Amino acid sequence: MALHFELVTPERLVLSQDVYMVTVPGTEGDFGVLQGHAPFMSTIRDGALHVYDSNGAAPREIHVVGGFAEVGENGLTVLAERVIED
Amino acid sequence: MASLKELKLRIASVKSTQKITKAKQMVAAAKLRKAQAAAEAARPYAQRLEGVVASLASKVGKSDSAPRLLAGTGRDDTHLLLVANGDKGLSGAFNANIVKAAIAHARALIAQGKTVKFYLVGRKGRAVISRSFPGMIVGQFDTAAVRQPGFTEARAIAQDVSDRYFAGEFDVAHLFFSTFRSALAQIPTEQQLIPAAIPADAPAGTGAAVEYEPDEEAILADLLPRNIAIQIFKALLENQASEQGASMTAMDNATRNAGDLINRLTIEYNRSRQAAITTELVEIISGAEAL
Repeated sequence: MALHFELVTPERLVLSQDVYMVTVPGTEGDFGVLQGHAPFMSTIRDGALHVYDSNGAAPREIHVVGGFAEVGENGLTVLAERVIED
Repeated sequence: MASLKELKLRIASVKSTQKITKAKQMVAAAKLRKAQAAAEAARPYAQRLEGVVASLASKVGKSDSAPRLLAGTGRDDTHLLLVANGDKGLSGAFNANIVKAAIAHARALIAQGKTVKFYLVGRKGRAVISRSFPGMIVGQFDTAAVRQPGFTEARAIAQDVSDRYFAGEFDVAHLFFSTFRSALAQIPTEQQLIPAAIPADAPAGTGAAVEYEPDEEAILADLLPRNIAIQIFKALLENQASEQGASMTAMDNATRNAGDLINRLTIEYNRSRQAAITTELVEIISGAEAL
């Protein structure tokens, strides 16, 4: 079972893939999103998203600035003004 | 009738004009492809943000505590017209159409007794608007310095505009730009920017209980300014694609017209050359007959 994760900036769709888990730096604290998460909306503070491709895998870090996260039926969507990938 | 030499010079000059319009057309075609791709790449973000804002806005509604960017100032007296134009000419009626739409809207508002202010983006159109509505241009944003206006510029414009809004300079803001349909059709478009327009067919939520962090209004307060920047960004991208499309079409026409003109001038040139030869021959023959 996988979580569909999309990362979008004003310029382009950065990422759209199925992953295991993403941890998001919410304004009121970090939260992890797995498949089947309840509908949820949160603003994000500037910081790093951790993307786990599979259970137990080492996470990838993606830094976002000025973001917003939405969890719906079709997975997690992160809208960010700027993305710094490394 | 013009002399042979004059005709020859004329043909040469039209030919060099044709070369310029041809080159400009090809440049526009190449840029159009890029601008179109950029406009398409920006669509997902704008769509998602619009969806979120619409569903939040329909939830928060017009309650007293709703953010001012959504609820408005409660007045409807001063309108700001944000007119986004290009910086360069040679693009047919692209700039003129946007300006025309804005001016028509401004006249309608003035006829209703409202105060109208202009905020201009891009260099074109300033002369026309300042002539028709002297002293009504309150601000402008020059995009000539950057090669391709991007999100940074859009955010700067949005910041400036919302600062003016909170300073009470205006009550309603409209955005004018050109929607790109195809290389042949660009549609001048008017869009209400502030207060945020809630589409009538807004999705009323999927029924699922959505949790908000911090809460609906805080999220909305965070998203609305961003939404303005995004709308402006979208307008800039649409404008770029439209400008290149209009430019391509206009330059294609100009190239074809130059070709027609060259053909006509060449025929005229050949005719007058032939006429000169005939006259000379007639002179020689009649001279010989007279002897």
